[in-house]
Formats: sequence, structure tokens, C-alpha cells
Amino acid sequence: MPSIYIVLSVAVVVFGVGVLLVSRKRAALSASQPPRALPGTSDTTAAVQAIVEPATDSLVEQTGVEAFERPRFRDRISKSRATFVGVLTGVRGRNGITDETWDELEVALLSADVGVRVTDELLGGLRTRVKSKEISDPDSLLGALQADMISKLRSDDRTLIFEPGEPDSPNVWLFVGVNGVGKTTTIGKVGAQQRHLGRSVLMAAGDTFRAAAAEQLSTWAQRSGSELVRGSEGGDPSAVIFDGIQSASARNIDLVLADTAGRLHNNTNLMEELRKVRRVAGKGRGRVTEVLLVIDATTGQNGLAQARQFAEATEVTGVVLTKLDGSAKGGIVFAIETELALPVKLVGLGETIGDLVEFDPREFIEALFSE
Amino acid sequence: MFDTLSDRFDGIFKRLRGKGRLTDSDVDEVLREIRTALLEADVNVAVARTVVERIREQAIGAKLSQALDPSQQVIKIVSNELTNILGGQTLKITYAGRPPTVVLMAGLQGSGKTTNAAKLARWFKSQGRQPLLVGADLQRPAAVEQLRVLGRQIDVPVFSEPGDPVTTAARGLAEARRLGRDVLIVDTAGRLAIDADMMSQVRHISESIEPHYTFLVIDAMTGQDAVGVAEAFHNTLAIDGVILTKLDGDARGGAALSVKEVIGRPIAFASTGEKLDAFEQFHPDRMAGRILGMGDVLTLIEQAEQAFEQDSAAEAAQRMMDGEFTLDDFLDQMQQLKKMGPLSGVLGMMPGMPKELKGAKIDDDDLKPVEAIIRAMTPLERRKPEIINGSRRNRIAAGSGTSVGEINRLVKQFSEMQKMMKRMGGMTMGKKGKKKMPMMPGGLGALKGIQPGGGPGAFADMPFNQR
Repeated sequence: MPSIYIVLSVAVVVFGVGVLLVSRKRAALSASQPPRALPGTSDTTAAVQAIVEPATDSLVEQTGVEAFERPRFRDRISKSRATFVGVLTGVRGRNGITDETWDELEVALLSADVGVRVTDELLGGLRTRVKSKEISDPDSLLGALQADMISKLRSDDRTLIFEPGEPDSPNVWLFVGVNGVGKTTTIGKVGAQQRHLGRSVLMAAGDTFRAAAAEQLSTWAQRSGSELVRGSEGGDPSAVIFDGIQSASARNIDLVLADTAGRLHNNTNLMEELRKVRRVAGKGRGRVTEVLLVIDATTGQNGLAQARQFAEATEVTGVVLTKLDGSAKGGIVFAIETELALPVKLVGLGETIGDLVEFDPREFIEALFSE
Repeated sequence: MFDTLSDRFDGIFKRLRGKGRLTDSDVDEVLREIRTALLEADVNVAVARTVVERIREQAIGAKLSQALDPSQQVIKIVSNELTNILGGQTLKITYAGRPPTVVLMAGLQGSGKTTNAAKLARWFKSQGRQPLLVGADLQRPAAVEQLRVLGRQIDVPVFSEPGDPVTTAARGLAEARRLGRDVLIVDTAGRLAIDADMMSQVRHISESIEPHYTFLVIDAMTGQDAVGVAEAFHNTLAIDGVILTKLDGDARGGAALSVKEVIGRPIAFASTGEKLDAFEQFHPDRMAGRILGMGDVLTLIEQAEQAFEQDSAAEAAQRMMDGEFTLDDFLDQMQQLKKMGPLSGVLGMMPGMPKELKGAKIDDDDLKPVEAIIRAMTPLERRKPEIINGSRRNRIAAGSGTSVGEINRLVKQFSEMQKMMKRMGGMTMGKKGKKKMPMMPGGLGALKGIQPGGGPGAFADMPFNQR
């Protein structure tokens, strides 16, 4: 049975290596106080903020707003609220707060992918308040739950960062995420919206892996009147994106939207490739002002692991939550915002260009609760 | 990231030890932990509830209090139950008497339909069939182009034409007959289960081509919504089987359990990587272990068999047990280990790894200094690290670009590891494969670098002899 021996030796070696590394890390950590995480981040953000000229920015946005009729969360999520609302009616219909009340609330939150931990936090806080008689009827219980949920999504700035600068120094927005979440489609929509805001846009087809990904992006570029830079299939994504930025710089284009291939966050080699993409994107004339992590609303608890790994590899600045018009409720954003402090910036509420909208926590939660 | 179920149980059962009987509330507490584990793995709330109830009945019947190791016994009950749910009947593909055998792919956007249509075509080809792919996703830009590229890669023809997906699918069927292809695989656009128009469109496609097999493609990372999606598609199309994709991620994949439980159709295939050959028939027992966070020993063995040179690994194992394992061997095994892919992934598959290791962020680059230190040693030093004195240490530190402290740590831990291996060897020798390897818990304690959670859970449930 040679495989037993192999596994035996693998087990020991893996374990030995693991112990070695962990203890090395600990030693390193205690030796040098400030870990090498994010060298110079604070400096760059400070410098970058100095360049911002808010006047121009808001002016541009105002002109563009009329271009799309912004869909309301309530209308779009309404189809999917059924279970949640059903539960709430049950809770409201009762005279007092009973065991069933807590049961139903728990099921409602868990079914929305909020996760065991956040659910326990939310309900734990409410239980204490009910015990101390601060809350005594179902309606105020639901009101308090709603308020607590909103307060969990408290990132203060959810606007996309566009910083005007030298004409030959484009803003670069990088899009990352696992396979099939809708990165390319999101770029198409963002591109179209930014064009409506009067900005010139170049799309860089950094997904050189998936068959025909560049064709897909090219269709979006045509639809939105954006430029496109693409490389060969199987080529180096960093090079394609760098070329895109240089080409945008040469033509004084305002904004580069850089697509990347979907990758699973536990694939070390592909995450390493992405790290390089992020590094190289900041090397030329461009300034990387957003790294947007695209997450599918159907994603369950694994979404947190995704966000953690991508944030670690690419300094993610915000999250785009797609496919929220389906029956999934996207509750994983609570864990992502509270544990990783990554703001959800955009939400996908449908297939048309105007259906990608700014995230509004209050609206998001009220939509879940309203009847 | 998550506690394994055995970690959770250990705490409870430790407290219960010495109690003559388990009370109902004790059982409740154990079941609550099971429920939490299932929920964290994205098993649907309602499904988790029924599964837990079934486990309750079995657990009560099993007279846990009498058991020597109740924690392991409960885990066994749970994992058997999950395996039963996930397994049950399997899907056996039979081919239509009048070819072609028609296969329809359906699912949400981004679940992997197009890629898996091609993977499935490749699989049919490996079964000696001649598939034709039909691109009926006329919605997503370049979806058909993607299918064509994939078709070229696997040398399978692709049919598509612009217009209406229902017509395209029907024309594809006619084309398969004309070309004499015996399997037809129709890729469709991703659609939301609540989009009535799109659902009725896919029903029309299905009615026009009358598929022999309709596969629902589901992403292993899907959360609670998996149940609703599966029900909706099943009601519209009568699903025959499920293709579970992106299993190479680190999601626990509870969605698989939910879907199986709700629509009662088998999970036929699992997609485990980006390459077109990363596609296999589904293993219910592995999935059960994965949902419970018990590691995936069988996959680990398979990967190890591919990456490790059998002879050298067997030799190394022998030397380990004889206490002759040297730093040279360690370096050699480490190289082979690296071939198995990212270390964190390998660690994650090991059952019963202490939390300190599982949670630790381990980067393959972290190995480099260790390698550098060993490489900076002379052959004699590698064989007998105890001869390393002050001046040798300085030389090695300079040669490897590390510090004296790091070398000390490495040497010390290596010698502790050696002791542990020796002890382990003593235990496994006489009763090879007979007993479950009880080696780790005690042995690991010897590694003082960290305090492993250890306990009965650690490594004890490695199913070496389960099959």
C-alpha cells in the first residue's frame, strides 16, 4: 500500500512545513513591529486626495444623471422578497414576541445569506433589548432590526473615485473577481454610464484566458462608444492592461476600465498574476483610483473568503454586487462590510445599462422589509 | 476560516465526559453545532433543519453515552447521512435508440454553462461518441464565439446561427441528424429563475428538441438561493441531473446538498478546474467530508500520487519511521510538495489540522528562506544538524541571507519533528493500516512552536481504511 506511505510522508512534511512557517511568521511579527503590509499606502492616498477637485467632479456627474432613469431597489428586488416578507407578516401578526418570532427572524436572515455570525450578532442584541423591556411589540422589534442592519452598512463613501489630473494621466479602474460573477458585463455598463457623463473611456481586455472574452468586451466597447485595447488569447494580462493605459495616455483618454480573467481566490498562481496586474497598472502614466471586486449576489458564505483574498492581493477599494434582481438577496455584504470594511459601491439590478446603480444601504434594507 | 465540526464537538463532549447519560439538552447542543456547520457551508436553512432532525433520530438510537468516542461517532453519523443524501441513485447515461442523444444545459448567468457544455462534449468524446455543440445563447455577447473556440480546442463541431434560440436549437438538432452526430449538447443563455419570459423561452427550447437529459449547472459557491433556483428550473424543465461547477474553489459547497435534497436528482458531474479536462463524475463521500470541513483526504491522495515520486516518497516515509529522516529528505519532500499546488490548499485538505495551521496565511514564498537555509548547509550538516556550532551558524546565516535565530529555530523544530516521526513510526509499524492513525494528537504536542488544538479530532478521522 504505497499510497499510505506517501500520504504519511506528505502529512508529516505538510505539517512540519506548516509549523515552521507559522512559527517563523510569529517570530518575524514580534521582531519587527510594523509589518510590511501596504508600504506607503497612507502617503499615496494623502497625495491623491490633494489632487481632487470636487467642483469639476460634481458638475460632470450632474449633467449625466438624467441620462438614465434610476431603477428603484424596491421595484427590482420585489420579486425576490417573497420569503422575507412572508416571515415578517408572520412576525407582525403575532400579539407579542414569542419563540416563533425569533425562529422566523433567524430563518429570514439566514435565508438571505446573512450568515450565522452576523445573524447571531443582530438577534443577540435584540434579545437583550427585549429582555430589558426596551422593546416589547413586534413592530418595534422589526424597526429595531432594520435600524441595526442599516447601521452594519456604514461605509461613508460609496461614490466611484475619479480624480481629474493631467490629460495624459488617465484614471484606471481595475475589475477583479471569481469566474462568472459578471466582470465583463459590469465594465460594459460602467463604460456606457461614464460615456454619458462625458468622459472618454478605453476598455482594456485583460481577460486573455477565457475564450472570446475580448470579443464580449469589444461588443460592449462598440455599444458604448469606447476604445478597446486587446492582446492575444493566452497573452500576458499585465502587458495588455499596461498597453491600454499607455494608449489611453497618448490619446488623452480620461478613464481606463481594465478587465481581468475570473479566477478563484484560492488559486495562488492566478492570484500572483493578479498581484502583478495591479502592480503594473500603477507603473505607467495612469493612476489606479478604483479596484472593484465584483461579487455575485447568489454567492453564499464563500463571498467573505473571496473578498478577503482579493483585497489582500489587489488593494480592493470597493465591491460591485451583481445579479441582485434575481431571487438571491446578497446578505453576504453584511459580513464583507463589517469584517473587511469594503464598501459596496454599485449594485446590478437588471440587464440594461441603466440597471447598474449606486448602492444605498437604506433603500436596500427597506426594500427587504417593505410589504 | 471555519472551525471543523470535530473541533466544535470536542468542546462539548469534553464537558459531557463523566456524565453517565446524555440528556436531551446535551443532544440539542450537539445538534445545534451540526446545524451551524451546515449553515456555514451554505446548506439551505430548511434543508439543514430536516437533515438535523434525521440525525437526531439516529443519534438517539445510537446510545451515544455508551460510546467510547462519542464525538467521532456523531461525526460518522452526520457524514453518513450527508453521503446518503448526496449519493443515492447515480445518473447512468444511456444513449438514445435513434441518435442523437440530446442534452440541454440550463442555469443562472455565470454558473459555467458554456464551459461545461464543452467539458461535457469532451467527456462524451472520451466515451467514444461524436457530439455536436449548439450555441443557443444568443443573449450574452460573444457566447457563441466562446463556444466555437472551445469546440476547436476539443475538436468538436459547433452549430449556431443568429436569430431566435428556439429555432437555433431545433436547427441544431436537424444538423446533428444530417451530420450523423450521435450526441447533441445545447448551450443556453443564463437566466434568472424568476424571469418568467426567459423561463418560458427555455421551456420552448426544451419542447422543441425534447432532450433526453437536462442538466442544471450550479456554482458550488451558491448560497441559500440554490434551492429556489433548483426548484424553479426543475418545475420548468424536469431536471435529470446537476453539474456542480467551480469545485476547485474553497467553498464548502452546501448548495450541492440543498439541491439534491430538494429536487431529488443526482449530481452527475463535478467541474474541478479551468482546463477542459478538469471534469469528473461526482463523488458523494468526498463532498460530505468537504461540507463538514473534514478535509478531502482522497483528493489529497490523488494529487499526492501525481506529484510525488512514489519510490522516493516511500523511501522517505521508511526513513521517517526509522528516525533517519534528514534535512536533505525534508528539502526533497518539500520540493515535491510544492508540485501539489499552493500550500494553503494542501493544508486545507488535511483533516484535523489544528486551527493555528488552517487559519494561518501561508504563502509559498515563505518556504524560500527555509530552503535557502538548508541549501546553505554542507551535506554533513544536513545529515547531522546537531554538529552546527556557532561558526557554522554564522556561515549558514550569511550564505542564506537569514539570521542565526532563524537557523536555530529551524534546527530545533526539525529535531522535534524527527522525534515525532519516530514515535509515529513505532505506532504504525506493528499494526499497519489496521488501526486508525492515532499518531498525531500526542505527537503534535511535541512541536512546541505552536500549541495545536489537537485533541481526539486531530487526524483521528483520516479514513485510510474506509474503503
